[in-house]
Amino acid sequence: MAGRKFADCEDVERGGGVLSTGRKTEDGREPQPQLQPQLQPRNSVSVLSARDVRRDYPVAREAVHALRGISLDIAAGEYVAIVGPSGCGKSTLLNLLGAIDRPSAGSITIAGRDVSKLSDAEATRFRLTQIGFVFQRFYLMPTLTAAENVELPMAEAKRPRLEREARARELLSYVGLEGRTNHRPFQLSGGEQQRVAIARALANGPALLLADEPTGELDAKTGGEMIEMFARLNADGTTLVVVTHDEELAKAAKRVVHLRDGEIVGDTGRRT
Amino acid sequence: MLLRLAMATLLRRRARTALTTAGVAVAAAMLLDMVMLGSGMRESFRGFLDQQDYHLRMTPRGTMPFDSEATISGANALLARVNADPDVDGVAPVLGGKLFVTVGDSIIAGFALGIAPRIQADYVIADGREIDAPNETVWNGGLLDATGKRIGDTVRVSAGYDPQLRRFTGTRELVIVGRGRFVMLSGGELAGALPLATLQTMGGPDREDRISVALVRVREGANTDSVAARLERSEPRMSAISTEAALRFVDERLGYFRQLAFILASVSLAVGFLLVTTLVTVSVNERIGEIAVLRAIGVARWRIVVQVMAEGVALSFVGALLGLGLGLITAKWLNGILASFPGLPAAFDFFLFEPSAAYKALGMLVICGILAGVWPAWRAASLPIAKTLREEAVS
Repeated sequence: MAGRKFADCEDVERGGGVLSTGRKTEDGREPQPQLQPQLQPRNSVSVLSARDVRRDYPVAREAVHALRGISLDIAAGEYVAIVGPSGCGKSTLLNLLGAIDRPSAGSITIAGRDVSKLSDAEATRFRLTQIGFVFQRFYLMPTLTAAENVELPMAEAKRPRLEREARARELLSYVGLEGRTNHRPFQLSGGEQQRVAIARALANGPALLLADEPTGELDAKTGGEMIEMFARLNADGTTLVVVTHDEELAKAAKRVVHLRDGEIVGDTGRRT
Repeated sequence: MLLRLAMATLLRRRARTALTTAGVAVAAAMLLDMVMLGSGMRESFRGFLDQQDYHLRMTPRGTMPFDSEATISGANALLARVNADPDVDGVAPVLGGKLFVTVGDSIIAGFALGIAPRIQADYVIADGREIDAPNETVWNGGLLDATGKRIGDTVRVSAGYDPQLRRFTGTRELVIVGRGRFVMLSGGELAGALPLATLQTMGGPDREDRISVALVRVREGANTDSVAARLERSEPRMSAISTEAALRFVDERLGYFRQLAFILASVSLAVGFLLVTTLVTVSVNERIGEIAVLRAIGVARWRIVVQVMAEGVALSFVGALLGLGLGLITAKWLNGILASFPGLPAAFDFFLFEPSAAYKALGMLVICGILAGVWPAWRAASLPIAKTLREEAVS
């Protein structure tokens, strides 16, 4: 059964991967690139399943309970916003979902694998191939061009040079930066840097795209563009989990999970 | 791509990287100089002795050649006995003395070497010809310049000066037939060579049938140490010093230099190590968020280690290469200063360049660079990703 589930997820794990530029629209303009239809996700296939997840931090010899038994299922193709007051455990949950931290208790299964039991090397490889990260501060490598930043995860995954160069161009075109491939981060605006970060996150065709306050460093207008970008990504089949304080971004999500004091206190828009 | 990233990271702070590389280059230069100094003096001295092509030096017991003014009496008989040894291939006698030349109102004093012209090993003819008659002499450039004389000139020279009578002794007219490069004399020293018998005669009864040192060539295949021991037994007034024994003697006397060279080389390595460690650590600290992100997006731990260590190795390698050039320049400069010390042969090199010394210095610095990257690389690779990202976000 698990194998079947994993196979189902294989169909969606490249959801952010293959792009097609499509045909010209009726008014003769080039439409925005879209994900190929055959890679659109199937509904109701759970790509992520968290069960009774707890995360405690020792602070001054006392345990701080950042997460207190979170259970959460996210289906392929969902667009989930995790919201809540500061310190409620949003980023902690995102780190656990992204396999960059381990739960103190409970299990997290992503694309059929229990990531809480992976070794460091396995978790690293898993993040490389299955998870895409978008951070509040973009964190692009300042010495590399936009295209090289996008190529970086593909180079780590040992994809051939020509293939990754073509894919980097394709992804940058998808996020609207086709003319900026050779620019370095300092030559790009905040919004453009975040777009490059999104392209980087999509590089290896992840099963899940995680974003931590992706509009946090952007002005309202650029933040709005980013919200549109996420909506388009999701419409093209990318499973998205966004941690945010931004009400507009949360409103754009199809499902909103409310956290408070390390517990889920609300879950609206969930698929059944 | 990560190696490119490492190099790009170094170039990101060009001034800092350039200054650190310069620091490593200075350390590398000093390291090379000290490695060259450590072996240079010994090898240079060996080259010296080998150049003479004589294997033993026989001197009055307990002295080194020309270490004192002591001479050996009964020289002719002694030379005959030594020559009679079946393992001896030839003997070249040398008598040291003084040489006075009057030029106008001034007196030029120099060093006189009484030699056997056909077998002498104390100078190389640079101009003119070798001595062929009892009244001929070969001078070095210094003496020719000081007296204003040229090859072909006839000069009146004296072997001594009597201060009570205020007159020169042992005066004789000689013809300058050649200009020689005296291998055992210091750069500024004025010297002339003349036939041994001529100098002995000019020296009067004090120098008659005397020599200062006898250079002995040992027959090929014979054991030099055995011949030396045999000659010392048969000639109890004499010490027979082999090239190896002379090198040991020099080693003892120059031990201080070698210790100093070792200490300075160690200090240079430590300075290079600390410079590289400091720069790479600072660089890692600056990029802690970037490194955490690299780990988060799936870059393996060992790849981070390689990236950080590559920075250290690149700094050390470039610094070492620059340092080799700098080291050679400073070695030449220092050699010039040290070679002008009084009493040291002009051809003596303190800093002897050998490719092995350069490889040794380069290798030590690259190893140093690898080790210098270990701590910051380990630190970078073992960053807790989530905690680092959280702290970076807060800061």
